[in-house]
Amino acid sequence: MSAASEGGRGGAWARVLAPLLMGVLALGAWEMAVRHFGVPAYILPGPVDIARTLAADGGSLAASLMVTLRITLLALLIAVVSGVALSVLFSGSRWVEMTFLPYAVMLQVTPVVSIAPLIIIWVDNVQAALLVCAWIVAFFPIVSNTTIGLNSTDRNLLDLYRLLGASRWQTLVHLRLPAALPFFLAGLRVSGGLALIGAIVAEFVAGTGGASSGLAYRILEAGYQLQIPRMFAALALISLSGVAIFLALSLVSHLLLRRWHESALPGER
Amino acid sequence: MNPPGLPVSGAPLLALRGVTKRYANGTVAVQGVDLGIARGGFVSLLGPSGCGKSTLLRMIAGLVPPTAGGIAWEGGRRPSLGFVFQDPTLMPWRTALDNVALPLRLAHVPKAERQERARAMLALVGLAEAAMRYPRELSGGMRMRVSIARALVTEPEVLLLDEPFAALDEITRFRLNNDLLRLWEARRFTAVFVTHSIFESVYLSERVVVMAAHPGRLHADIALEAPAARDEAFRTSPAYAALCRTVSGALEGAMAA
Ligand SMILES: Nc1ncnc2c1ncn2[C@@H]1O[C@H](COP(=O)(O)OP(=O)(O)OP(=O)(O)O)[C@@H](O)[C@H]1O
Ligand SMILES: [Mg+2]
Repeated sequence: MSAASEGGRGGAWARVLAPLLMGVLALGAWEMAVRHFGVPAYILPGPVDIARTLAADGGSLAASLMVTLRITLLALLIAVVSGVALSVLFSGSRWVEMTFLPYAVMLQVTPVVSIAPLIIIWVDNVQAALLVCAWIVAFFPIVSNTTIGLNSTDRNLLDLYRLLGASRWQTLVHLRLPAALPFFLAGLRVSGGLALIGAIVAEFVAGTGGASSGLAYRILEAGYQLQIPRMFAALALISLSGVAIFLALSLVSHLLLRRWHESALPGER
Repeated sequence: MNPPGLPVSGAPLLALRGVTKRYANGTVAVQGVDLGIARGGFVSLLGPSGCGKSTLLRMIAGLVPPTAGGIAWEGGRRPSLGFVFQDPTLMPWRTALDNVALPLRLAHVPKAERQERARAMLALVGLAEAAMRYPRELSGGMRMRVSIARALVTEPEVLLLDEPFAALDEITRFRLNNDLLRLWEARRFTAVFVTHSIFESVYLSERVVVMAAHPGRLHADIALEAPAARDEAFRTSPAYAALCRTVSGALEGAMAA
């Protein structure tokens, strides 16, 4: 094992350990402060309290988590398919891009909270409405990144394909889509987090109860009942899910790019 | 020096007649070029930067349409072409082997056959060991070899090269010059080699076409009478020095023109 890769490994460990240590210290300080000042649990519960609630209520919260995650992942999937398809259309024709891009931008800059009520009125099925909201926010980073990627294909490689008599389809599949992959994956990582946010926001606005309600509703419910530790427990689940989604997508990205792309290279150069 | 068995005279493989290229921004990159290229020859296009060498080569390849004039191939049919760019222009997400196999893949050659042919071609450029490596795991010289292997894997009749070795160090460049000559002697494709190096053009070619700039046009057409064997001994021979002097003089004339 060379010195360079040892250094790279050390760097990787530090990248995991340093924030972990920071987190443990912060949680410890939080717990100590809550105990020292005698803050009541209905104002600010300590981490131990929250963990205890999480363990006790885990079942019902986990069911809600699954509901939210299902919406999130489904929205992300639809965003990927529709986003990549639209990017291919965009990059295939200047006219299509000029015509539709402003509307894609408009959809992106309009806060989802402000359109969620409308969507919930228009779309009968609540689940479908949530899906639409999450899709709206997850869609744009994929479209914009993939379009840039498709348009920045190496000119000479495009010439080479032309010289070799490649069809449009061959050029797309063998050249332009792989060239756009790093851009797409960067967009996907952003979209993963946004899909979760979109789903949660929409759930808040919809405020649906019942068996199939997501984590946002659990937060609302716990708030009404002043079960603050339970609120925090749900919040912790949301944050952890967001982090998990980000890590999972980063891993996918790393696995797909590690052999060839600069962004995925290990410490050695 | 025509190789035995190939026609010395007769209709050239490629004939350019009054070829002109004016780009949309008004730049006249190439003006009124008349040029005939014989089958199996090795021709260098030499000229200062910006004199339209790349433009001319790209017009020959059919990548850029000429504004005026005509490009005629023998028999009215464009032969199979290989093109080597100044940069290796490899797909970074494909192994060396898959990069070399690309032309065959696009032509729907079955996988087993294209891999075999790509492997053989890689071996020919001395990269048999590197077949499964990705471009970023190769040195600049190795990447260029992959690029040449890719251009030759379809066994094209014509090989067009646009300053393929310009970015390489001298040691690597000398070695690749020899590799290219060896391949040419084995395959006898027609080579059109763009370069801005006098030494390289004299070492490699049978004929040097010197271009002048603004607008890009032909200035001189020099047939090189050199021994058939081009090797390191030739590089240090008085004959080589004399040829370089001749070409250098023509190039100076082109710069002054
Ligand atoms: N796409 C383009 N649009 C407009 N002008 C161009 C274009 N490509 C080249 N030119 C111009 O045409 C002229 C010839 O360019 P070309 O690339 O053919 O020169 P070159 O001889 O290959 O130069 P070099 O040795 O630097 O590669 C230059 O003045 C250049 O600015
Ligand atoms: Mg050039």
